[in-house]
Amino acid sequence: MGEEHKSEYAIEMLHITKRFPGIIANDDITLQLRHGEIHALLGENGAGKSTLMSVLFGLYQAEEGTIKKDGQEVKINDPNDANDLGIGMVHQHFKLVECFTVLDNIILGDEPVGSIGMLKKAEARKKIVALSEKYGLQVNPDAKIEDITVGMQQRTEILKMLYRDNEILIFDEPTAVLTPQEIEELMQIMKNLAAEGKSILFISHKLAEIMAVADRCSVLRKGKYIGTVETKNTTMEELSAMMVGRNVNFHVEKQPANPGEVLLDVQHVTVASKAHSNNAVKDVSFQVRRGEIVCIAGIDGNGQSELVYGLTGLEPLVSGNIIMDGQDITKASIRKRSVSGMSHIPEDRHKHGLVLDYPLEFNMILQTYFKPQFTSKIGFLRRKNIREYSDRLIEEYDVRSGQGSVTPARAMSGGNQQKAIIAREIDKQPEVLVAVQPTRGLDVGAIESVHKQLVAQRDAGKAVLLISLELDEVMDVPDRILVMYEGEIVGELDPKQTTQEELGLYMAGAKRDEVKVN
Amino acid sequence: MRKVLKNEGVQAFLASLICILIGLLIGYIVLLFINPSGAGDSTLNVIKNFLYKKPARQMKELGNTMAKTMPLILCSLSILFSYKVGLFNIGTAGQYVAGACASLYAALAWGWGWLPCMLFAIVAGALLGGITGLLKAYCNVNEVISGIMLNWIALYTTNTILATVKESTSPYTHYIDKVNKSALLPTAGIDSLFGNNNNVTIAVPLTIIVAIVIWIILSKTKLGYELKATGNNKNAAKYAGMAQNRNIILTLVISGALAGLAASLLYQTGYMRWECTQSSVPSMGFNGIAAAFLGGLHPIGAIFSSFFIQHITDGGQYVNTNFYSPQISDVISSVIIYLCGFVLFIKLTMKKWIAKSEEKKGAKN
Repeated sequence: MGEEHKSEYAIEMLHITKRFPGIIANDDITLQLRHGEIHALLGENGAGKSTLMSVLFGLYQAEEGTIKKDGQEVKINDPNDANDLGIGMVHQHFKLVECFTVLDNIILGDEPVGSIGMLKKAEARKKIVALSEKYGLQVNPDAKIEDITVGMQQRTEILKMLYRDNEILIFDEPTAVLTPQEIEELMQIMKNLAAEGKSILFISHKLAEIMAVADRCSVLRKGKYIGTVETKNTTMEELSAMMVGRNVNFHVEKQPANPGEVLLDVQHVTVASKAHSNNAVKDVSFQVRRGEIVCIAGIDGNGQSELVYGLTGLEPLVSGNIIMDGQDITKASIRKRSVSGMSHIPEDRHKHGLVLDYPLEFNMILQTYFKPQFTSKIGFLRRKNIREYSDRLIEEYDVRSGQGSVTPARAMSGGNQQKAIIAREIDKQPEVLVAVQPTRGLDVGAIESVHKQLVAQRDAGKAVLLISLELDEVMDVPDRILVMYEGEIVGELDPKQTTQEELGLYMAGAKRDEVKVN
Repeated sequence: MRKVLKNEGVQAFLASLICILIGLLIGYIVLLFINPSGAGDSTLNVIKNFLYKKPARQMKELGNTMAKTMPLILCSLSILFSYKVGLFNIGTAGQYVAGACASLYAALAWGWGWLPCMLFAIVAGALLGGITGLLKAYCNVNEVISGIMLNWIALYTTNTILATVKESTSPYTHYIDKVNKSALLPTAGIDSLFGNNNNVTIAVPLTIIVAIVIWIILSKTKLGYELKATGNNKNAAKYAGMAQNRNIILTLVISGALAGLAASLLYQTGYMRWECTQSSVPSMGFNGIAAAFLGGLHPIGAIFSSFFIQHITDGGQYVNTNFYSPQISDVISSVIIYLCGFVLFIKLTMKKWIAKSEEKKGAKN
């Protein structure tokens, strides 16, 4: 850009401290973003990344510390202030209007209007086309968001920031929803942007990506600032040790599997899609045996959710059969499946897993409230038994909450909500455990414990079906991997013999086998 | 202090009280605008209601208020029961009409006794509620839309049916006490407490028992657990294998039954007669909405809020007609009832305020 800067840094957050009742979310954190650099912010869930970004965006006010832009101290009281300072963000979950076109989404909130309130779309289009050519962001301005790929949606979000002339761009875990190829493209785009003088803050916990794209990396752990390193002078091992505070053995300790008879037999299952007229799951067949963990891997949105809905009875099948423990449960109700031995750790804990306004104890019995242990013959709840049961689960599964059994589920942290669900589903003593992204939103310690529990279920002779988007989890936990791509199973891999690269090719649809079933 | 304020019950009570006070204040201001000289007195009269009468008449007047309060309590129970399950049963008004139709027709045309008439009214209300439930469960028709439409269908059907048992010289149905005394609700001696006002009947204890039963169902039983789970998060209810469609239909059937009972308990006192030419749905069902919210959506709260609303409505007639036209009484009571709908809003504001002051306190430590 060739423009003179008053300070070396575009944005500085100096000695930021933000406290919440009972917890210090940010403890004396300093983050300095240079002009034209890509700066990674690394940390586990709960390390304080989100809080720090919320402070930068004016959603929270820090108790201590200052924020400087170009060396000038600034006050950011609300997101509008942040926008005025040229700070833009691509959220992990895109904030786009599905039924609007790309162009409409980009100008939304900053529409160019003429004298009598008419939209001047032609002008906006010119600017958008120019921007997309300059930075290599390919979009079709007239396509509707619902019709375009996730990658293009992300490019739309990036254009939204550029359209507003933002100088400081924040990417919040941008690669979580992308295929490996799209990730490659995004990395190139980020480099282009930085070369043009934009300053980029890249929030991630994926070490390989940070090493590939970032110039420097700041690490947070448990609300504390650990340090900032130049990526060219460090290694992934060093970064991970900084992030976790110890050398983590990401590998899950387990004995070789000892599979028994088939507990879950999925035969030619097809499930309709809610979003479009194609089927989301197409003629999928596989088996899960007693004493093994089978993982369905794939990039988000390739039919995994719908497959689970079909298996657990949340959605009807278009065709196919499901046999559990010798019983045909294709048409069985959700309750029937549950009492016959299927447990389901749902993908979306707020949508399906919990009644947020119920106290924890009521959520602990969500699948079993009708049993004689909890309901008397004439239909009264046995509150004493419920409390005792809930207290036991809290103790055994280390579920932490403010007031124990009577805490409203809404008031609990995401990790503990997830622990409560896992406690409930495992304590039900299922034969088949369907666990959908069971470690989403958990910190490393909790992830380790969930993985241990899954392995323990396997060793106890249960069939475990794990659906995961995390490559590390896919490689480490299961005994067999099935890769799902566009609603079909395109490959079966042995985690001991395959590599992340090979897995990636299957997930991206670049490679496929004719998977033989039975 | 803060601890007391955090209690849900205290919050609900305070919110209701604030709404009542704002309502009275606005009513007072309206009167001030129309004619300043009588505003203070008239507002006081609305609040005083029966106390305005001579002591000898007071209990009897209170009795009339009681007679109309009972159906209002049941209507508000009908609303809050479905509301807890996430359904807004605006069809309560129509289910109430269906109950009136059934009980009056059975009493006047068939000469049934009071109990069969009452049960028939319950069934009629339940059936109408069930239709809304079926439409919602199986055709995904919004219960508000079908409820409003069924309100009108119920009204004109009732007008048509009850026209066969009306007086030839007036649009009103026959007096029950002239045609079929056995259909009148027994007073069981309760009338003697209210200056021998025989409009006060077993409806009073019956309604209170029903309110307590509804409270127990919602808070202590498996059914209540299921219904409230469905209301709070229907996806989680489905995930937990609860029979969603059955729960929706059952809820609206119970809700409708309560509304049907409400009508029976008013018309079978003989206090009111049905006007077969009326062209608007009786306001009882709609006032039930205000009473339910003013009562903090709690069955026991509904008893007190319903009494208050009926008290204000009846009090409206004591506005000084030298200064104001008689219709002003309706304006005043409507303003207050309207404000009752803001209870949840006030409660939410209070909660936010408490949370904010806590965050500040937490930050200081």
